[in-house]
Amino acid sequence: MVAGSQAGPSSDVQERVDPDEGDAKVEVMSQRQLIWHRFKRHRLAMAATVIVAIFYLIVIFSDFLATNDPEDIEAARQYTPPQWLRVFDGFKPDLHVCRLVGSRDEFLRKVYVKDCDQKVDVQIFARGYEYKLFGLTLDRHLLGVNDPEVTAEEAIFILGTDVQGRDLYSRLMRGTRLSLLIGLTGIFISIIVGTSLGAVSGFYGGFIDNLIQRSIEIIRSIPTIPLYLGLAAAFPADWSVERRFFAITIVVSLFAWTELARVVRGRYLAMRQEDFVTAAIVAGANQRRIIFRHMLPSFYSHIIAASTLSLALMVISETTLSFLGLGLLPPAISYGTMLFTAQNVQTVALAPWLLIPGIFVVVLVLALNFMGDGIRDAADPYGS
Amino acid sequence: MTTETRQPTAPLDSGFRRNDVAAPLDSRVRGNDVASARNDDMSGGNDVASARNDVASSGNGESPVAGDAILSVRGLETQFFTDEGVVRAVDGVDFDVLPGTTMGIVGESGCGKSITAKSILQIVEAPGRITNGEINYNPSGDAGSATDLLSLGANSDAMRSIRGGEISMIFQEPMTSFSGLHTFGNQIDETLRLHTNLSKQERFDLGVDWLARVGIPNPTQRMHEYPFRFSGGQLQRAMIAMAMCTNPRVLIADEPTTALDVTTQAQILDLLQRMQEENDMAILFITHDLGVISEIADDVTVMYLGKVVETGPVFSFFDEPKHPYSKALLTSIPSMFTSSRERLPSISGSIPHPQNRPMGCAFHPRCQSFMAGTCDVGEPELQSVNEEQEVSCFLYEGQ
Amino acid sequence: MLAFFIRRVIYAVIAMWAVSVIAFVIINLPAGDFVTTYIATQLATGNLVLEDEAESLRDFYGLNDPVYVQYSKWITRILQGNLGFSFEFNAPVRTVLEMNLTNTLLLGAFTVVFIWVVAIPIGIYSAVKQYSPGDYIATFFGFLGLGVPDFLIGLVMLWLILDTTGFLATGLYSHEFRNAPWSFGKAWDLAKHMILPVAILGTAGTAALIRVMRANLLDELKKPYVTTARAKGLTEWQLIMKYPVRYALNPVISMTAYILPFIISGSVILSFVLDLPTIGRDFLRALTAQDIYLSGAVILFSGWLTIIGTFVSDLLLAWVDPRIRLEED
Repeated sequence: MVAGSQAGPSSDVQERVDPDEGDAKVEVMSQRQLIWHRFKRHRLAMAATVIVAIFYLIVIFSDFLATNDPEDIEAARQYTPPQWLRVFDGFKPDLHVCRLVGSRDEFLRKVYVKDCDQKVDVQIFARGYEYKLFGLTLDRHLLGVNDPEVTAEEAIFILGTDVQGRDLYSRLMRGTRLSLLIGLTGIFISIIVGTSLGAVSGFYGGFIDNLIQRSIEIIRSIPTIPLYLGLAAAFPADWSVERRFFAITIVVSLFAWTELARVVRGRYLAMRQEDFVTAAIVAGANQRRIIFRHMLPSFYSHIIAASTLSLALMVISETTLSFLGLGLLPPAISYGTMLFTAQNVQTVALAPWLLIPGIFVVVLVLALNFMGDGIRDAADPYGS
Repeated sequence: MTTETRQPTAPLDSGFRRNDVAAPLDSRVRGNDVASARNDDMSGGNDVASARNDVASSGNGESPVAGDAILSVRGLETQFFTDEGVVRAVDGVDFDVLPGTTMGIVGESGCGKSITAKSILQIVEAPGRITNGEINYNPSGDAGSATDLLSLGANSDAMRSIRGGEISMIFQEPMTSFSGLHTFGNQIDETLRLHTNLSKQERFDLGVDWLARVGIPNPTQRMHEYPFRFSGGQLQRAMIAMAMCTNPRVLIADEPTTALDVTTQAQILDLLQRMQEENDMAILFITHDLGVISEIADDVTVMYLGKVVETGPVFSFFDEPKHPYSKALLTSIPSMFTSSRERLPSISGSIPHPQNRPMGCAFHPRCQSFMAGTCDVGEPELQSVNEEQEVSCFLYEGQ
Repeated sequence: MLAFFIRRVIYAVIAMWAVSVIAFVIINLPAGDFVTTYIATQLATGNLVLEDEAESLRDFYGLNDPVYVQYSKWITRILQGNLGFSFEFNAPVRTVLEMNLTNTLLLGAFTVVFIWVVAIPIGIYSAVKQYSPGDYIATFFGFLGLGVPDFLIGLVMLWLILDTTGFLATGLYSHEFRNAPWSFGKAWDLAKHMILPVAILGTAGTAALIRVMRANLLDELKKPYVTTARAKGLTEWQLIMKYPVRYALNPVISMTAYILPFIISGSVILSFVLDLPTIGRDFLRALTAQDIYLSGAVILFSGWLTIIGTFVSDLLLAWVDPRIRLEED
């Protein structure tokens, strides 16, 4: 640790030794660098951050990553099992999947048999359905069969299909986008509400503080799911996808802001005692300047940590609501609406791959939790 | 029953005192034979035991184990194995505590005096570990009958019966050293339950008795109260009662007056001295306060960065301090004769971090008598400068 | 203690009032009042409701009054035990809820007990043996429990059991006991059926509690009173169990109040996945059918239940912590 010994989170740069003073060892590190330095030592949090970053890349490039149009219905291909990608044919590198041959069993159920003698070639940067990215209309996809007009027989379904023969993998890419967008929008709302109420509560104290704190306690003592469900059920079923999206976003952020407000208030109270704030007051800085110039910067990491943890909760909330059929509704594609198709355990027994979106939820939520914990630990560069 | 335990213990002549004195109580003391337990543990052959033999074989003949010392610490090393590296908190400490006397250990914070105290009872918390040395406990006073506590094993029954029984300890912060969730009666009862075979009622009466002896009013009622109802001074008295109730032979007091105001401090010191007289008990008194030392100690050991730099009788120490560090310490306290406008000298520099130990004598960067080429090269050894005092400094080398 | 008690009572009453306002708002959110809904449902079953009959219904429920009058009439009726009428079940809401209230309370209570019994020992072990393999395993499962939504665990467990044994582990009673009076056999049957839902419902809470227990115990283990106890000659386990564990239990009790809303929330979803006869299942059915009075009552009671649970855990905290119990008034 090459940290200066005195805490001065307000100044971006701390200097223990004057850099001009000859050959003395210079130890300069900004607050941000210090946090980053500590965060890097937290290996699990680093790995989690990489995973979260991958999820964000999926949000941006979901159509590029998809192999099929997520909304394409292939009646002839319902409940096909995953066709795992194969990278080698024997020892020869060859990207392909095995062709699935459909037939009917004695109960007239459709069954698929993998026939690895018939390879379906998979190409990189293949042409497929058209989509828009950054305002451009593109038709290239990371993987595909390089045929925009591919038939159901020739199409690849890496993670299998659902009851309507829609490609699970491509839907997952699209679903990641919507689920994370709900969370991010919700976080945005929560940060604005939470930090302002938290800051007001911490800075003014007294009656206002008491009022806000008691309200938060009451809100937190209410079970969220029945309330969410009650609110969601009150939305008319004929609302457009977008309108419902925003309504659900507001619902899931109803509680998240309380945690942010609590964190901000706590930091404020702690900070108010710090010498550098006293120094700023003594120096005659006005309140606004003290809040925005001196105190807020040292909150960033705490706000990011709390937001990351809240994001995880929001993803779970959305998934749960939609799973119960009270959140987003089809044709919207999210983790929740995808899991909605796996509500029935008999269906799951028939097509277990329908639970794959659940794995995505778990990985994302765990990664967010580890990352948030890591940031929170790192945010106190002088703590412990 | 209780009247007997109250009697000042007679001087010891043979064997374990508990078997000879205060028979009514001692007949019920759990009969852990320390010596036999020691032999059992020796066969375990742990690191400390073997390391101890190394010391014995390579040790210098200058500091023989004093036959009459009740507690004799030799070459004690306690290290902390942290992620950042090994911290040598106690780095080869020697001193003797004579029966019925008070040994004061002085030093600035971080010099390892508290760790030394905890090492004696083997209650050093992880990542700390005693890596070397011996702690010879000799309650009988007979030469050759000493037990090396380190050979007992920290969690052995024998060590636990000594810990809190024959050697008790009181701590710096009385407010936090009691559990706030248990009544005082519960906490003193536990000590008695561990170290005596008295009945519940007898233990309660003894607890009341001890509270009264340390000067706490309404002792019976106090037994049922929680520590947060006590004042700081009362808590320290209560802690002394809890430490004394097993009639320990040695009391280790780790800065017992630091957290108290001056008036209370004086009362606690008086109390400790009275307890010592009544019970013929040795005290190992740890403090950074030289004023306190001058009041209570018979002998003084000065520590700096985990090492003993000077040891000797308290009068010689105040009259004629030998080590430059001792001298600096003494000149930095105000005296009756300091004129009001005079600036008190302070020791220049600050204690280095234990991981950045200076080469040679650890005190040399702050030393007034620093000799280049000597002090920053070799480490001085503790050696006698006269009949009473031992110093570890190159100024006295070859005298 | 008295001051503490009074403060807590006032706080609980205010919280219950706040929840009732929220429930009332939700009831009144959907477009059109419930008489409109009622007329629609009656029409669907072939009954025609006359306009003056509708008007008298509106008068009876005070739907033409200002909002605050409506609220006070509604809450007064609730407090008198009249929870309204469920169109979906075609019975008074009270009758519908009473059927499954015992199951709901049992499920919640068992889950809290399960969480304590599992989390406390694991938390102690994790803290005392910090950084041991066992600690890492406990921490890993703790995170997993926090990260996986209840319904997903329920679904996966159900599927795994179905797949391996062919047994559909849903419901709380076997068929033969479903409508049977209470007997030892029925209780045993219920206990067996409770294992799966309780374990699933308890995962998140257990995970949270393990982390709290571990973190608090790690803090407590460094406190001076532990050193004092050690210097008395207690064995390490004796002293840990008597002092720091006792201290670390207090936050665990407060934490229980905090996880109670999550248990109630989780039980609603799990009732759906595992088809448990609780008010959660009735609730979801009411929601999908826009059965306003029933869903409003469930929101109200799940909130009130939580507040009462929090109040009880506050009292429990005061009971175990003399610093609160003996607080000067």
